[in-house]
Amino acid sequence: MKPVATTRSAAGIPTGLLAVWWIVASEIVIFGGLLAAYLMYRLSHDAWAGHAANTNTAIGTVNTFVLLTSSLFAVLAHQAAEKGDGKKAARFLLFTIGGALCFLMIKGYEWNYEISHGMTITTNTFWSFYYTAAGIHASHVIAGAIIMAVVAKDAAKGLELQRVELIGIYWHFVDVVWIFLFPLLYIAK
Amino acid sequence: MAELIPTQPDPGHEDDHHHGEQSFVSKYLLSTDHKVIAMQYMFTGMAMALIGGFMAYAFRMQLAFPGMDVPFFGIVTPANYVALVTNHGAIMIFWVAMPVLIAAFGNYLIPLMVGCDDMVFPKINRLSYQVFLVSAIVLLSSFFVEGGGFGGAWTTYPPLSAKAEYNLTPLGSSLFIGAVGIEFIAFLLGGINFITTAMNSRAPGMKLYDIPMVIWMIVIASILFMVSVGPLLAGAIMLIFDQQLHTAFYDPNRGGDPVLWQHLFWFFGHPEVYVVLLPAVGITAEIITVFSRKKLFAYRTVLNTAIGTGVLSFCVWAHHQFISGIDPRMANVFTLTTLLISIPIAEMMFVYIATLYGGAIRLTTPMLWALAFIFEFLIGGVTGIFLGASGADIYMHDTYFVLAHFHYTFFPIAIIGTYAGVTYWFPKMFGKMMSDRLGKLHFWGTIIPFNFIFIPLFFLGAGGQHRRIYDFQNFPALAGEGMQDLRILATVSLVVMLGFQVVFFYNFIISLMRGEKAGKNPWKANTLEWTAESPPPHGNWKVLPTVYRGPYEYSVPGREKDYWPQDEPN
Repeated sequence: MKPVATTRSAAGIPTGLLAVWWIVASEIVIFGGLLAAYLMYRLSHDAWAGHAANTNTAIGTVNTFVLLTSSLFAVLAHQAAEKGDGKKAARFLLFTIGGALCFLMIKGYEWNYEISHGMTITTNTFWSFYYTAAGIHASHVIAGAIIMAVVAKDAAKGLELQRVELIGIYWHFVDVVWIFLFPLLYIAK
Repeated sequence: MAELIPTQPDPGHEDDHHHGEQSFVSKYLLSTDHKVIAMQYMFTGMAMALIGGFMAYAFRMQLAFPGMDVPFFGIVTPANYVALVTNHGAIMIFWVAMPVLIAAFGNYLIPLMVGCDDMVFPKINRLSYQVFLVSAIVLLSSFFVEGGGFGGAWTTYPPLSAKAEYNLTPLGSSLFIGAVGIEFIAFLLGGINFITTAMNSRAPGMKLYDIPMVIWMIVIASILFMVSVGPLLAGAIMLIFDQQLHTAFYDPNRGGDPVLWQHLFWFFGHPEVYVVLLPAVGITAEIITVFSRKKLFAYRTVLNTAIGTGVLSFCVWAHHQFISGIDPRMANVFTLTTLLISIPIAEMMFVYIATLYGGAIRLTTPMLWALAFIFEFLIGGVTGIFLGASGADIYMHDTYFVLAHFHYTFFPIAIIGTYAGVTYWFPKMFGKMMSDRLGKLHFWGTIIPFNFIFIPLFFLGAGGQHRRIYDFQNFPALAGEGMQDLRILATVSLVVMLGFQVVFFYNFIISLMRGEKAGKNPWKANTLEWTAESPPPHGNWKVLPTVYRGPYEYSVPGREKDYWPQDEPN
């Protein structure tokens, strides 16, 4: 099935790992550019602290907890995959997907509340950044959950177990982005 | 094009080779073979080049003969004019230079030159082309929506690009940004394969310094692209939101800042110059070593210089903003970095001249293109020094001097570099030799008019001719007889140059049909692709090669032959 090229490892790093780090690196600069722009605006607009006071820190904290917990399951899935237990790995991945869905539902509730209280993407530039940054992040949560479902399906049959680690790396990255967004959008007031 | 020839049952590989029948669709449109994908990129790029060239023809005719009913186009209205100029720029950079130099040559050459059978992730590779094709369709469709194609320059500065009240293209502007964004994703996907294949799938024995320079250059270019494009992708999302959701990221009336876009755009836009330059530099390295039968002078220096250029290219972007209101102290810093970056590039030029020095030079068609690349790019580089200095730039900004400068960089890169690569690897790609006589006719028919297009534009720009004006007759200072003559000279030269491209396509087709058989290694070159059949079958080799030495061992003393292929044990 696979070309010989896929099986070689001249640089000594597994090819899948190299590819995932490439994706993570390209995503870091996407979020990096967005957050750098946000920070420059934030520093030059004192009024934004007042806008930020309207974000719901409690919900943000709960979501941080949910996402970190889902990452724990991703680690456990990796551990199981290392031991060759595909079924267990798949089960832990399902827990991670559960965490992702939970995160999205809470986010949906939060946005619904905020939008219905007049804080929309066009209210001012703070809220534009708030929805844009969290929205791009949420799209990564969705993408990660879908890929994880595909990986879990194979892993349950004991196939392509190395992918459990790879999706785990991506998931930690999605997590880390949120670790940046949470203080920038919720805590700094 | 790649034909399916049964290869040896390589472990874990045999399933891939369905012997015999495959439909046209699965063989050429849905293939995961890196060579087929390379051809898809190349032919799409060439088709887009024809479109972009036609656009240049239409708006140059308007500039030379204002109000004229342009043959094959009609009257160029002001809205047509700005849309043509904008899309000409975007197409030539994003849909010609990128797909041909990076994607087509990268896809074709990386597996063949590092000695493996395909890219590491063939399906991602196929996906990359499909996403790219979608981006091209989205871009072209923007001409047919209400309001027509976007006309706010390829740099899409807000507020002009952000507000439909200003640009009058409510849909065209978003389709334009969307197409560019989709195109970026295609190249990020492509980059995964370039890096992993070049780093991990090298033939046994191929050490880092045995990798041919063109592969290094494409890898470095892919990394530069990946690092620089992220902020612009984020910025593009913000711009589309400004256009369609009426947010105010770039609207100064509502707390935004239009200069933010300029930072995001040029943080990408300047490294992008090197993203397309480096592969062309790499192609040149391959050609001049083969046709001067000499080792590449200072291989490691060229490599380190390219990496240094890449790093430095992230520190020069604000030289595009000298009159956008940046702090003059910052302008000093960016003047310094901009002038500094000419040093590594000049060094590469010297390295190439040193490689040529004392060599047994054969002036074949690819060699002529490679030499022309060095010569013409030099003019582009030297005029860049004028513009990098903030004092001079304040006068020159947005004049035809700038336009002529970057055409002297991009034309050698995108057109000369491409022709050099295509004429050099044509025997490998299609198994036939191109006609050298027709090739040389096409070469001179392109290079001479090219200089007659853009040298007059340097004079016009220094004379104060602004870039974005539809009809200079409305400006008495610019409408004089002498200036109009220069415009007409440029336009006529363009028409002549475009006309000579027919020779290339004729040569391409006639050589495909009736060209002399090329054999494996018509140029007597060292690199691995020349050890495969021409054209290489699916899987490239029956037995994948092993590498014993660097790629540039030409005229080694004491050897009977003046070349020493990388895969020969001794």
